Amino acid sequence: MEPILKGRNLTKRYGKVVALDNCDFDLYPGEILAVIGDNGAGKSTLIKALSGAVVPDSGTVELEGRAVRFSSPNDARHAGIETVYQTLAVSPALSIADNMFMGREIRKPGLRGSLLRQLDKPAMEKAAREKLTDLGLMTIQNINQAVETLSGGQRQGVAVARAAAFGSKVIILDEPTAALGVKESRKVLELILDVRSRGIPIILISHNMPHVFEVADRIHIHRLGQRLCVVDPKDYTMSDAVAFMTGAKEPPNEAMVA
Amino acid sequence: MSDKADNYEAALQGASQDVAHFEVQDKSLLMRFQSALHKTPSLVPLIVLVCAIMIFAGWLGPRFLPQMTLVFQQIQVVGILALAQTLVILTAGIDLSVGAIAVFCSVIMGKFTFDYGLPPAVAVCCGIVAGAAIGGVSGWLVTRIKIPPFIATLGVWQIVLAANYIYSRNETIRARTIREEAPLLQWLGLKPNEQFVTWIENLRGITYERIRPNDTGQFMLDIIWQTKITYGVLTLIALTVLLAYMLRSTAWGRHVYAVGDDPDAAELAGVNVKRTLMSVYMLAGAIAAVAGWSLIGRFASVSPSASTGLEGNIESITAVVIGGISLFGGRGSIWGAFFGALIVGVFMLGLGMAGVNPQWTFMLIGTLIILAVGIDQWIRKVAA
Ligand SMILES: Nc1ncnc2c1ncn2[C@@H]1O[C@H](COP(=O)(O)OP(=O)(O)O)[C@@H](O)[C@H]1O
Ligand SMILES: [Mg+2]
Repeated sequence: MEPILKGRNLTKRYGKVVALDNCDFDLYPGEILAVIGDNGAGKSTLIKALSGAVVPDSGTVELEGRAVRFSSPNDARHAGIETVYQTLAVSPALSIADNMFMGREIRKPGLRGSLLRQLDKPAMEKAAREKLTDLGLMTIQNINQAVETLSGGQRQGVAVARAAAFGSKVIILDEPTAALGVKESRKVLELILDVRSRGIPIILISHNMPHVFEVADRIHIHRLGQRLCVVDPKDYTMSDAVAFMTGAKEPPNEAMVA
Repeated sequence: MSDKADNYEAALQGASQDVAHFEVQDKSLLMRFQSALHKTPSLVPLIVLVCAIMIFAGWLGPRFLPQMTLVFQQIQVVGILALAQTLVILTAGIDLSVGAIAVFCSVIMGKFTFDYGLPPAVAVCCGIVAGAAIGGVSGWLVTRIKIPPFIATLGVWQIVLAANYIYSRNETIRARTIREEAPLLQWLGLKPNEQFVTWIENLRGITYERIRPNDTGQFMLDIIWQTKITYGVLTLIALTVLLAYMLRSTAWGRHVYAVGDDPDAAELAGVNVKRTLMSVYMLAGAIAAVAGWSLIGRFASVSPSASTGLEGNIESITAVVIGGISLFGGRGSIWGAFFGALIVGVFMLGLGMAGVNPQWTFMLIGTLIILAVGIDQWIRKVAA
């Protein structure tokens, strides 16, 4: 099977820091790929290089076998790759509906939309409310309330709902449950499984080993800006994975090129 | 994986399925007020404006209210500048050059008409295009060269003002010349109400020897005659309505707010931050040029040494800040700037009519600026 999203020899330097060091990456159709690694290992930089938020210094990215060069997150979104960034990328002063549709607003039908460029706010509010209710992450009392009046977990819910609603080829989640409570985390895991059942592959970055081992089909272990190995969660324990990613244990040879 | 660690989520089965309600039950009146202000940031300047008008009306008696139309005329330049300034400040920037752009563009409109013989309408368009181009230079410096807006526009301000004096050789084009040869340049100073009354009276065959008296016994026509609204004031109002629509109801407007709020988040969320900023600076420049046209209307002449070139920059920022628009970007409404300009105008005129030392006006305006920013900080606490 060919990977749907493939990175080769990706390198990104920030001054003297090499955040990505000749890193390879493969995501196969329909799978949940977990990416784990220590803080500062370069996980966020890797997914940013895949989603257009960072342009790698060198290396190639292929989507469905075709080489792509995203120069902005919008390029990747147009290609169907949707990302929840670790920083969430929401505008605090704007409403939930505004944030959900940022950059792909719906315009009114007819002349009011094409000539006056008027936004169809009721349509966007309705869609935003439906997405959030589907997600079951929260009851939003007022879809027009500013995102800054939401709790950290609720903001994360908005960002996840936005990605799940629009992702058509790949959904990337960078620590999506970091600010969530037990119950909300469970909802996000259910959402991830639900997205996979729709046939859309997911990249999940998380430090929560039980969650990773529960949902992931494969685990990409990242260390010092490189892919150390890829393991099958059925073959290894959480302690093994932690030992590999911290360098306490050498990774198994057969997993080096998974 | 031990069973102990494994099972903490099982407890969820008995958990309440209610999701957190985040409506605070008994909000105090003050909190309600705070969140109302958070939702409608132009409420504060509107309240201040209404209070100021009422206080002056009570203090100065019935002669004050009829002068409100004069206030409008007096802000027909700085009000338009404040609109341009609002756009830039909403993106968390600042434009110190709007006043200078206005004066320079008024000079361009005049010189293109009288020196190059272009039709006045074309000259006005050239002036507006020049304004957009100068704004584009600021936008380019801010987005490409990454110069902070304060410094970039400080430089542009000096350069534009100097270019203005050099290009015009500091020569004024006199009111009479303009009135006789290119009245369109003064159009924003004309009063549609007077034109309307004159037109009606001409239809009825009534003419006056010199100036029409205020009191002719025709009640309606007299009232219309005395509302001293100019096309410049109407332009100010129309531009405010238009920009309010663009900011609230188009994707571009949402992007302007998002960029001012958090540019990195906006970029990741799919907003073209550079293009948005560029469009804002160019539009601000074009609007400043319209203020320049309004300036010709207000003073009837084209004067390169008009005080707007220096004071207009700061006065526009004053109006915007008093209008409750956050200097940190992403917050505030264009109506706030409109009300802010009116507040300054009301104080100037009211205190002037009361005959107090003009320094009191500045002291009051200074206090208002600090109060407005203080209130902004308080409103923003709703988020916390
Ligand atoms: N914008 C940036 N500027 C400078 N250094 C950065 C930037 N982003 C990441 N880095 C550095 O790159 C390395 C990898 O960071 P990151 O990809 O965020 O790691 P992770 O997500 O695995 O915790 C870190 O050393 C970090 O300090
Ligand atoms: Mg990270």
